[in-house]
Amino acid sequence: MSITQHLPVLQVALPLLAAPLALIVRQRRVAFAILLAASLACLAISLALWNHVQDGSVISYAIGSWPPPWGIEYRVDRLNAFVLVLVSGMASLVLLFSWRSIEAEIAEDRHYLFYTMFALCLTGLLGITITGDAFNVFVFLEVSSLSTYVLIAMGQKRRALVAAYQYLIMGTIGATLIVMGIGMLYLMTGTLNLYDMAERLGPLQGQRPVLAALAFITVGVSLKVALFPLHQWLPNAYTYAPSAVSAFLAATATKVAIYVLLRFYFSVFGQTIFLDLPVRPLLIALALAGMFVASFLAIYQLDLKRLFAFSSVAQVGYIVLGIGMGNAAGLTSSVLHLFNHGITKGAIFLLLGLVVFALGGTQLSRLKGLGKTMPITSIGLVICGLSLIGIPGTSGFISKWYLIMAAVELGHWWLVFLIVSSSLLATAYVWKFVDVAYFQSPETPAAAGRALPLTMVLPALLLTASTLYFGIDTRFTIGSATGAVASMIGAQP
Amino acid sequence: MNVPTNMALLACLLTPVIGAVLLGLAGKRPNLREGLTFATAGLLLLVVASLIAPVMAGQTPTLEIADILPGLSLSLTLEPLGLLFALIASGLWIVNSLYSIGYMRANGEANQTRFFVFFALSIAATMGIALAGNFFTLFVFYEILTLVTFPLVTHHGNAAAKRSGRIYLGVLMGTSICLLLPALIAIWVLTGTTDFVSGGILAGKVSPALTLGLLVLCMFGVGKAALMPFHFWLPNAMVAPTPVSALLHAVAVVKAGVFTVVKLLVFIFGVDHLAQTGAAGWLTIVAGITIVVASFIALKADNLKRRLAYSTISQLSYVVMAASLLGALSMTGAVLHIAAHAVGKITLFFAAGAIYTAAHKTLVSELRGIGHTMPWTMAAFSIAALSMIGLPPTAGFVSKWYMLSGAVAIEHWFAVGVIVGSTLLNAGYFLPIIYQAFFHKPDNNSHGQAHGEAPLSMLVALLVTASLTVVLFFVAEWPLSLARQVQ
Repeated sequence: MSITQHLPVLQVALPLLAAPLALIVRQRRVAFAILLAASLACLAISLALWNHVQDGSVISYAIGSWPPPWGIEYRVDRLNAFVLVLVSGMASLVLLFSWRSIEAEIAEDRHYLFYTMFALCLTGLLGITITGDAFNVFVFLEVSSLSTYVLIAMGQKRRALVAAYQYLIMGTIGATLIVMGIGMLYLMTGTLNLYDMAERLGPLQGQRPVLAALAFITVGVSLKVALFPLHQWLPNAYTYAPSAVSAFLAATATKVAIYVLLRFYFSVFGQTIFLDLPVRPLLIALALAGMFVASFLAIYQLDLKRLFAFSSVAQVGYIVLGIGMGNAAGLTSSVLHLFNHGITKGAIFLLLGLVVFALGGTQLSRLKGLGKTMPITSIGLVICGLSLIGIPGTSGFISKWYLIMAAVELGHWWLVFLIVSSSLLATAYVWKFVDVAYFQSPETPAAAGRALPLTMVLPALLLTASTLYFGIDTRFTIGSATGAVASMIGAQP
Repeated sequence: MNVPTNMALLACLLTPVIGAVLLGLAGKRPNLREGLTFATAGLLLLVVASLIAPVMAGQTPTLEIADILPGLSLSLTLEPLGLLFALIASGLWIVNSLYSIGYMRANGEANQTRFFVFFALSIAATMGIALAGNFFTLFVFYEILTLVTFPLVTHHGNAAAKRSGRIYLGVLMGTSICLLLPALIAIWVLTGTTDFVSGGILAGKVSPALTLGLLVLCMFGVGKAALMPFHFWLPNAMVAPTPVSALLHAVAVVKAGVFTVVKLLVFIFGVDHLAQTGAAGWLTIVAGITIVVASFIALKADNLKRRLAYSTISQLSYVVMAASLLGALSMTGAVLHIAAHAVGKITLFFAAGAIYTAAHKTLVSELRGIGHTMPWTMAAFSIAALSMIGLPPTAGFVSKWYMLSGAVAIEHWFAVGVIVGSTLLNAGYFLPIIYQAFFHKPDNNSHGQAHGEAPLSMLVALLVTASLTVVLFFVAEWPLSLARQVQ
């Protein structure tokens, strides 16, 4: 067998091997090199996988040659290939960024631990995405969660510990619910393979244990998604985690959780069943609540990291809203926004990492006159802010276009109105930054800060530029998203 | 379509963008920077002028820039209405540059490089609106225009500028995102296209009730047209330096608004479809009310720029009202009024800025006898004011004539009443200024420093636009021939 046939397992195995290696060598340089090599290889693999499935084919890989449904199956289709590209791409950029960024934020003797945990987190996220086995989803979810708790706790302030603890409690509850849900499905179908499960669920639809399983999984995963009102852990976690960790989590962790929802709803239960379930109105209602309440709370934050963390909760609302609508355009908008918001938020938290590096923090009171002291970073934040609002020319506009289109297609004019008015709230919190950066003068005139290293500036600007790029050239994003939706509901939108 | 014409479309867009980049690089050397502004503006006018011949020959050059969404592209198309708007904006940019340089230097404004860079970008966005080949492209450039004019409105960076900037962004983005965008997407979903097609794209595909709903969304969604109750951003935007008020808030931005209104009525909704469904009746009423109410407010405004701003609101609604009558004559009048009001109102703002620069006066009540010290400025002001009222020999007379005959022809007595009544109101708020300027002796105020005319470059600029106001009266046949093609 040639190496290319083993790409699916290498996708997960490489970072998994990188983790103990980084732990053993202890050298920060070597650990960094190992990690960067592993994540770049992951990116190459995910792109190769993405390329392979674009014709609609599905890659099925039997771990240890145990054929599914008895063994664990890794299964790549257009939906998870797109998510794999996002996760591994963001991992590569964030790693490059972290090299100098964590110097300023984490004690040097712990850097190898940071890289170890980062590798485990990446392993977990890629594993959740690529596996076709329900129990494997849970295992990788735990791998990524546990490493995430450690990464968050590495934050500079002592409150990072509290934030990590808070997330640990919430995350564990979520994981417990998920494993209960999966257990019930196993009980009913006698299989753990997701695709086998889908077939066997056919005659069982509507039975109470199946519905209960769906409810457990929905609530459990929603905790990881940070769907309002289960988002309580997120603002603290993003605010107090090291900058690189915030960027990586914001761009990937919630997105992978959303992928899990999509996978269970549409690959396991199926669209026709999903459309009849009472979970849909609930998802729409909670998504709307998140869009408004979290955006509203964002306006009143005094720390920019926290402000954008609340914005993440609101933006997750858009994604869940698309799922809740359940039609092709809505799902396309969800998958699109999963990617577009991933890169936008990743860019924002990397830019904020630059601010932390130069000025030591992101409290709004420190950022007065940032437009003068850090002009490029400020413009980058404004551009990403415009993407959050959904201004044409940015990637955020493209996803919002599909979201509104979905609502129009369903004839839900009230929903159209709510979507656009929540954009105004986004304008309000982005304005907060514009106000501070451009209309207020720095209190201490000589707050120029440290010179920024290229390894930090480059990933941040690259992501900012791609926020604009994917607003103009949408062939990759829309092509992938429509393909992903086609593989989910078996129809070309 | 031959290649050069297509490339000329792209050049219209790129010339000001490249100019903006060069301007930014030349920031340290003001003379080079100003030279570049002129070179860019001159080149742009040449490029736009080169498009006159093909359009007069009945061609519609088209250029697709990029497919943003499957089947929905960013594309440029040139037709008579767009050409007229592009000519106005690019032509007046040259004059305005002359004026800006004098104004910015004489008033010692800060951040001049930023000012000229964003000015060039605003023109680029305006070109994008003028040449937009479909509703989607128009919307994209419409939003960009809001964003790139924002730093100009808030140029002074003080509390007043910040407050006005917030209102500016809030109203323009709020209306366009909340009303225009849903309408755009709905049209896309309902008809499968957003192309500008002669006769519209809604006929036969959208029910009368839905047409009415979409029209409401579109007309109020175009906040730049300043239809009441979404007009109040305009007086607030007057906090910007006067050249911005002159070119952007008398010409580019607001005309982009009414241009969009006309464009949507003719090429998306379709005049016949609107006439059959009767969906535009309310628009005439709302525009008429805006005309009258804004005129009354202008009558009471003491701040000169504020008075001019409300005059602009009322004049913009002339265009909207005339277009909403859906007759051939009134539509021609509406299109012509875009041009006529542009040259007239820019002159008035130029004059206001000249008075501020030379005499540091901003209130109408301070202008007694100013005609004695600034005779040229006030002469130009008077000509432009006559055009606003609609008296010969000015451009405003011709457009008002067409609008009035259009209203009479279809016996729409409400519109006739509004036009006649507002003419009186226009006279009521412009004539006293002229009268006081020339026939009153200057006040012997304590500050009484002697002043003459504003710097030469400003004076030349405002005399040029004032002459244009008159010239347009005599050569009205040419813009009319363009305007008549807009059906």
